[in-house]
Amino acid sequence: MTSAKTHLNSKEFAEQAAEEMITSRSFWADARVRFFKNRMAVVSVFMLLCLVLFAIFGHNFAKWSYEEIDWSILGKIKTEGAPSIANGHYFGLDELGRDMFARVVQGSRTSLLVGFVAGITSVIIGSIIGAMAGYYGGRFDQIVMGMYTIWLAVPYIIFFVVWQAFFGRSLAQLIMVIILVNWTAGLLIVRGQVMMMKNREFVDAARMLGLNDFAIIFRHIAPNVLWVVVIYSSMVVPEVIMMESLVSFLGVGIQEPNTSWGALISEGASTMTFGTLWQLAYPAAFFVIAQVSLYYIGDGLRDALDPKDRR
Amino acid sequence: MTQPVLEVDNLHVAFPSRQGRKYPWSPMNAVRALNGVSFDLTKGQTLGIVGESGCGKSTLIRAIAGLNKPTQGSVKLNGADVDYDNRRDVLNLRKSIQMIFQDPVASLNPRMTIRDIVAEPLTAFRTDLNNTTRLEKVRNMLDRVGIAERNFNRYPHEFSGGQCQRIGIARALVVEPSILLCDEPVSALDVSIQAQVVNLLQELQRDMDLSLIFVAHDLGVVRHISDDILVLYMGSMMEKAAGKTLVSAPQHPYTQALLSAVPVPDPNVQVQSQVLEGDLPSPLNLPVGCVFESRCPKRASICTTEKPVSQDIKQSQVACHFAAN
Amino acid sequence: MTLLSVRDLNIRFTTGDGDVHAVNNVSFDLSAGQKVALVGESGSGKSQIALSIMGLLAKNAIVSGQVMFNGNNLLAASNDELNQIRAQKIAMIFQDPMSALNPYMKVGRQLSEIVELHEGLSRRDARIRAIEVMEAVQIPDAKRRLDAYPHEFSGGMRQRIVIAMALICRPQIILADEPTTALDVTVQAQIMHLLDDIQRDMDTAVLLITHDLGVVAGFCEDVMVLYGGRMMEKSKVGALFKSPSHPYTRGLLRAVPNIHDQTGQLHAIPGSPPNQMNAPTACPFAPRCNDVIDTCWQTLPELTGEDTQRACIQPVEALS
Repeated sequence: MTSAKTHLNSKEFAEQAAEEMITSRSFWADARVRFFKNRMAVVSVFMLLCLVLFAIFGHNFAKWSYEEIDWSILGKIKTEGAPSIANGHYFGLDELGRDMFARVVQGSRTSLLVGFVAGITSVIIGSIIGAMAGYYGGRFDQIVMGMYTIWLAVPYIIFFVVWQAFFGRSLAQLIMVIILVNWTAGLLIVRGQVMMMKNREFVDAARMLGLNDFAIIFRHIAPNVLWVVVIYSSMVVPEVIMMESLVSFLGVGIQEPNTSWGALISEGASTMTFGTLWQLAYPAAFFVIAQVSLYYIGDGLRDALDPKDRR
Repeated sequence: MTQPVLEVDNLHVAFPSRQGRKYPWSPMNAVRALNGVSFDLTKGQTLGIVGESGCGKSTLIRAIAGLNKPTQGSVKLNGADVDYDNRRDVLNLRKSIQMIFQDPVASLNPRMTIRDIVAEPLTAFRTDLNNTTRLEKVRNMLDRVGIAERNFNRYPHEFSGGQCQRIGIARALVVEPSILLCDEPVSALDVSIQAQVVNLLQELQRDMDLSLIFVAHDLGVVRHISDDILVLYMGSMMEKAAGKTLVSAPQHPYTQALLSAVPVPDPNVQVQSQVLEGDLPSPLNLPVGCVFESRCPKRASICTTEKPVSQDIKQSQVACHFAAN
Repeated sequence: MTLLSVRDLNIRFTTGDGDVHAVNNVSFDLSAGQKVALVGESGSGKSQIALSIMGLLAKNAIVSGQVMFNGNNLLAASNDELNQIRAQKIAMIFQDPMSALNPYMKVGRQLSEIVELHEGLSRRDARIRAIEVMEAVQIPDAKRRLDAYPHEFSGGMRQRIVIAMALICRPQIILADEPTTALDVTVQAQIMHLLDDIQRDMDTAVLLITHDLGVVAGFCEDVMVLYGGRMMEKSKVGALFKSPSHPYTRGLLRAVPNIHDQTGQLHAIPGSPPNQMNAPTACPFAPRCNDVIDTCWQTLPELTGEDTQRACIQPVEALS
């Protein structure tokens, strides 16, 4: 026997090996590694982070507030309102003489806030309802599915208009109404996943431990369907930003002087023919960057989390 | 005679089903999965339950465990009736009755480390324990089933099927139940691994004075591990006898057919398997008479009209009109 | 006459974590009318061998070696050539009858389609052939059942249809991959009877792939035992069951519980199935073998012997 082999068979080695705990990566740690291997996703996270920082701290760099009118340039916007470092209007002026930079910062703030808060909240609500429907089945499931079907038939633009006519137009109202419209997000997919999971034997095993339904749903089933919820959220957030932009574009969204990407794009588009293209270009660029990075992040999450590739 | 740990009397389970209804608002049909099964289980004994797929063998032990609600009949644990609608009763029952499952990997939560998996029953049932004693118990139990401590922080998918079944056994036994229900615990495993798990179960049974109810479709394994064997067909009891009697002198025609079909690993033994003709009855619409009548080689007119009652013939309990001859 | 000859078959699968060596240096012959069993546990590579013969391996497989059939190397054959051979010359029976049948097609159509395609029969003739073959697999009332869908049959009947599909072109070789694993014992007995009858009538060669030694004993003439993708033993059925010459075969036979003999403990084979991430350099069974000696860890035993071929460096007499 070689000396290496003697060592392998020695008692000390066995004891050492026994003491050394093997700690394997959890599913989430594993997914994180895979996510960070995806170059596009990492770049997108970076871009999105920049956007968020821009939205939070951008005002500190602006020389003007988003509602102030620069009377000195008003009326000469076509000739003097173009982006310029010298007069402090980095992104130029809009047709009312307001600083576009400040307005884009404010618009990013609103859009991202609405997108993340409303998007994630609605997915959470939909997922919880979906999980309960999937787990309990029967009458509760039938009622939820009935409501879902009815909800699909409600035209959401009209719902927006009616809601805002009754309750006024504010940021909080906007978020509320988007959550209401989107409560079905994630419902079907989580319901299906839970229905599949509840027939797995480890759920029976958990029931054998006398755990109540709450503990089974949240301790045993939820960790196993969380990846679906995460992927779904990454799809719903850009969708909600898009929805917010659409309703703002149509003029039923956010109230002036507050603004959002959609509202800015709408204004920019209406003045495009005057040759003041910067009024459209800046908000549109930010909007596109946000959408594309969110898309790639979602894609990366899907690749990292979808267990289909896993053994 | 000593008191049996578990007495099952005339247990019925039916599932509501939409199938076969005329209109959507017609009342639900009932799939009668289990129709009047009775047996006693004494301490330290093993009862084997065999039958083909769909015969209700899994339903039976799931009903005992309270995972399916029995529609009729009673289960007595240590002489006391179990009320499956009473949460406290069911919790009590599960302290003394635990279960292992067919698919070893699927029966473990993929997001939990095996230490957490085995510790969970203790957190649920033994609230009196502190952290250290709990982990001590987990370590001893996992050690007992042959999982090295260095692997405690790993996840189920990193183990082979046989090891996962060992972990499942550890989870079931860590609370020291008196009865272990085994739902086809080895049918997903390879022969060489199957023998390891069966041996482990037998050792643990001896050490912990466990009673086992062992469900399988493989007669060889059931015969090996069981004292008594119960044969189920379409949710009804066909025959129950001591393993040796059942194998050497089967009384019921179904048992005879089942035994003759078991392949023997010896080319010199000419297996004369009895071929069963006919179709299985639908569990939605069970026949009035004997459930085996449609495939039975011995059928007569009495079989279609009258349900055979279980009677003692020699040392066996047989439900057949012709068993006596 | 040798119909099919497999030489030095190696199958590897490339995965994200490295290569899995599923089959290593497997060689065997199949003669006309011969009934051969390929026995092994899950992961032994037995199904992969059948799939490689049919050219149905997964895309990440790397195959080397030879599978000679009628002078053609099937491993090098084009897809068109393989399509000619599949079903007509070599047919396969799969484990799960439900997934082998198209649920949206009447079974009669699924049967007749094959002969229409391969033998150019007219629709009517193909239908007549379908009835014939359904009667051959003893499906009662074949004429009427032709127009039924797969879900209208019981599991055993479905497997009969799958067998009928395999037989309809009168192939020379049938590869049966665990044909009865999904079935109940009483049905299993019927199906094995049927296969036996058909094999005798048509003089087809059958390669039965299974993990169940009981089925092998009742059906086959020759047995090949696989472990960790390597051939461990190749022998006549009688000799193998009477005096298994390889430690793995011995362990396997002892591990099967016998219903007529309840001894105290089952003889388990200790340990876990082998890790196939590396190409074997030593006997893959060594870590679990009772009779292991030092040289077992260093040499890769070759299959040697006359009637009974075995891959073990120790003489039979030295085994426990």
